[in-house]
Amino acid sequence: MEIILSIAIGVMTSCGVWLILRPRTYQVIIGLSLLSYAVNLFIFSTGGVKTNVPPILGEGASSSMLADPVPQALVLTAIVIGFATTALFLVVLLASRGLTGTDHVDGRGDKR
Amino acid sequence: MLLNTASAALPSRLASLVAFSCLVITVLAYPQVTDGNVLRYNLEWIPQLGLNFSLRLDGFAWMFSVLINGIGFLVTVYARYYMSEEDPVPRFFSFFLAFMGAMLGIVLSGNVILLSIFWELTSISSFLLISYWNNSAAARDGARMALTITGIGGFCLLIGLLLLGNIVGSYDLDKILASGDLIRSHALYVPALVFILLGALTKSAQFPFHFWLPNAMAAPTPVSAFLHSATMVKAGVFLLARFSPALSGTYEWFFILGAAGILTLLIGAFFAIFQQDLKGLLAYSTISHLGLITTLLSLGSPLATVAAIFHMLNHATFKASLFMAAGIIDHETGTRDMRRLSGLFRYLPYTATLAMVASAAMAGVPLLNGFLSKEMFFAEAIETHADSILDVILPYVATLAGAFSVAYSLRFIHTVFFGPSPTNLPKDTPHEPSRWMRFPIELLVVICLIVGIAPAFSIGPFLQAAVVSVLGVDTPEYSLSIWHGFNLPLIMSLIALAGGAALYFVLRHYLATCEDGPPLLRRLKGQRIFERILVEVSWRWARMAEQRLGTRNLQPQLRWVVVTGFMAGLLPLWLSGFEPRAFVFSGVDKVFAGIWLIGICLAIGTAYLAKYHRLAALIMLGGIGLIVCITFVWLSAPDLAITQLLVEIVTTVLILLGLRWLPKRTEKMDESVTFRARFRRFRDLLIAIICGIGMTFISYAVMTMPVPDAIANYFLENAYSEGGGRNVVNVILVDFRGFDTLGEIAVLGIVALTVYALLRRFRPAPDTMLMPEQQQIQARFDEERPERNAGDTVREYLLIPSVIMQWMFPVIITFAVYILMRGHDLPGGGFSAGLTLSIAFLLQYLAGGTRWAEDRIRILPLRWMGVGLIMATVTGIGAWFLGYPFLTSHFQYLTVPLIGKVPAATALLFDLGVFLLVVGSTVLILVALAHQSIRINRLRVIEAEKGRDD
Repeated sequence: MEIILSIAIGVMTSCGVWLILRPRTYQVIIGLSLLSYAVNLFIFSTGGVKTNVPPILGEGASSSMLADPVPQALVLTAIVIGFATTALFLVVLLASRGLTGTDHVDGRGDKR
Repeated sequence: MLLNTASAALPSRLASLVAFSCLVITVLAYPQVTDGNVLRYNLEWIPQLGLNFSLRLDGFAWMFSVLINGIGFLVTVYARYYMSEEDPVPRFFSFFLAFMGAMLGIVLSGNVILLSIFWELTSISSFLLISYWNNSAAARDGARMALTITGIGGFCLLIGLLLLGNIVGSYDLDKILASGDLIRSHALYVPALVFILLGALTKSAQFPFHFWLPNAMAAPTPVSAFLHSATMVKAGVFLLARFSPALSGTYEWFFILGAAGILTLLIGAFFAIFQQDLKGLLAYSTISHLGLITTLLSLGSPLATVAAIFHMLNHATFKASLFMAAGIIDHETGTRDMRRLSGLFRYLPYTATLAMVASAAMAGVPLLNGFLSKEMFFAEAIETHADSILDVILPYVATLAGAFSVAYSLRFIHTVFFGPSPTNLPKDTPHEPSRWMRFPIELLVVICLIVGIAPAFSIGPFLQAAVVSVLGVDTPEYSLSIWHGFNLPLIMSLIALAGGAALYFVLRHYLATCEDGPPLLRRLKGQRIFERILVEVSWRWARMAEQRLGTRNLQPQLRWVVVTGFMAGLLPLWLSGFEPRAFVFSGVDKVFAGIWLIGICLAIGTAYLAKYHRLAALIMLGGIGLIVCITFVWLSAPDLAITQLLVEIVTTVLILLGLRWLPKRTEKMDESVTFRARFRRFRDLLIAIICGIGMTFISYAVMTMPVPDAIANYFLENAYSEGGGRNVVNVILVDFRGFDTLGEIAVLGIVALTVYALLRRFRPAPDTMLMPEQQQIQARFDEERPERNAGDTVREYLLIPSVIMQWMFPVIITFAVYILMRGHDLPGGGFSAGLTLSIAFLLQYLAGGTRWAEDRIRILPLRWMGVGLIMATVTGIGAWFLGYPFLTSHFQYLTVPLIGKVPAATALLFDLGVFLLVVGSTVLILVALAHQSIRINRLRVIEAEKGRDD
């Protein structure tokens, strides 16, 4: 389990970092989304990897066996805020494209 | 600021009233501050840092408070007539009162950090006052210079005071003043002293920082009158006198202050003679008089301190009245240039007389207050205080400076009021100003006279109170009388008077026509050096640093962020001897591995295709989102899975909406891949791979480590008993960490508003103005067939899914409510319910198009957001009324008919607020983006009409 998840996080980080270093705004926004998956999974995994023990209290169930709810709460809001920042970035990207006529991250076209 | 009225009367009366009330309160406190008694007020602020809001009023502070309030009051009366109708008068008086308050704060502070805060406040408020006429470049430059110099000084002062507090172990002023011996013998004494003196000398415009003061005369004259007399420059000498029990008496103190004081005394007086601007003359005279006070304080003898305090008082009275007189002359004639002014006595006899008395006081003529303190200064100058060249030359310097001051005072009077009538003044015949504009000058001049004639009866007790509070047991015997016999100081005075008069009559003709500024030194201006430095540092160096170190391109910036972030993560691991764990592949679930194998392929595919195949990349990204979602389900996080799924839908739609506005990019557009581009790509790939490997190792290490016994158990154990919910994640969000969630939804709301605002001004690029290709094909299809109407195909597009989507609308709404209600006990909650409902709306837009949807449902996302935020906040505030902290939740189960037992925690109300805000924000963002296609049609029509007109 752990090894699969770690490799997945690593690959998504790599792809995300590669994309945010590219010159097109669309690549950057996709890269940020990939990075946020990786980061969310990483934060989530700090609570330990457990199956079949969602942090929902049953009648009389031992609470100490359940999954850690704190990273889950953190990631839940992170997902929603991630959506908001993606939206903001998308609009800035579109506005920049409209104003400068190019989708280069510097808004100045290519050096050619 | 609230008094947005054109009339100058109301704000000025209000300001006068404030100043006068302060004056009355101060005066009434007098009996409690005599004989070294102190009136205290203490309010704890941050006691852990030794910072308290403590005020103390002793005799010296009392004397200064009376000066500040009294002259402040007179200046407000004067300003009422001085300011013209066009000036924003309420702004003036609010700045003025702020400045007065800050100055009072300095003199009343009982804690040195508090003092430093008020010190900065005077710098800032004086900046606002000097730049009051902000359309004048001189005012702006002068204000900036004053702020730069006094601001740097203030920073030095703060450092010095922190060092002092460190030496003493307390920031309390009383404790610091009582531990003079400890301070003077400490190793940090010299640095502390130097920093504090830098603060005081910059504020008091002492050489070499004197040049800001003449430039500050661009301020309105009432401000100058206040700045030069009771406040600002006096703050520096106040500080010196205040701290002299703790700091003075050493050779460093004597040498630094003595050198600065003597030079300032001489240079200021010398420069003052050669000024052509009335206010310039007075400004340099202020510099010189403050140099005198600094020199006195440098001597460190009790009698010199008495003289210094006395001279602070006297200088304040005559300098304020002289500035006000200069303001009247300026007001009546329209100029302050002494080459153009002359013979004003016949037009302004009354003002002239007052000004003459005040300048006689400035020159130190007997029977006026300036004479008394000047005599005391001469007497102290003769005494030997230290074995230094400074002490030896002091009597000669004092006499010379005295002569200079006689010369410039005489010049002021003689040039302006005597001689032939002025010709071609900017204004017509000058005449006496209104009664109340003269009143402040009259009062101050009368004080000069009374103090000058009967010092012991008038000022004696007050001066004694001030001196005792500074010197304590060291208070010397001194006599405040006019006649001390025919002694050396009197001879020095006589020499100064005669020498000054002679000097003026020699220089008279030269001065009548010469350029501004003293001969030879005219070119050497502190101001110019200051500006050169300013340009050098803030322009050339900054440019150089930007060129060498900075870049305006995003890619290198991001590269640095990534590399720095990586290093910041690596370094602590390296230092703590981190060893990556060996990977263990056993026990891996094959299905899970298979899913992530697909996930990894999708991630790489996304990275590869994001440049040329945006839609494909987006779909793959959505695929990864689904896999992440499955992972959450797998690993016991149902709440996250729901939220991730919903956000995935919304994000995909969002980016799809955005795709339309991006330029077309076909593969192999640029064949000529240069070597540099290849190198860049290779380097970025390397960075990316290293980062990925690093993340893999760290995540693996984190996941395989035993989870420490953190706060998780607390939440798990108390979620039901205290939060009343079984879904611990939701309880954390809406109850335990409710305040965080409130912050989060506020951020969400702000982002949505920002998106909305940005899109209102959105202008698409020309190539995206055309109708999308698919719609063009559909429209052509309609045109080619006579039996079809235009737009039919678009309408019939995806007909069956559309109908299903429309029918699903109520179902999804019910589902959203269900998710919201069960959220406290089972996976769900405000966030996911809000997203669900916004997807319901979204589907209606998708099914029927923007127009169709908006004809049928009116969504007011801004109201949803507003109501949601208010609801969440009010729920939190509700706890206050029941005596609990903000956002404490209350819960119980209610039995509702048909549904059964329902948890009714106030947390549910909070969650309802979250829900409403999430719906509002999401819908606002999506609808704003969707509306661009409609706006574009409108724009297209407008463009077309324009084209036709041409």
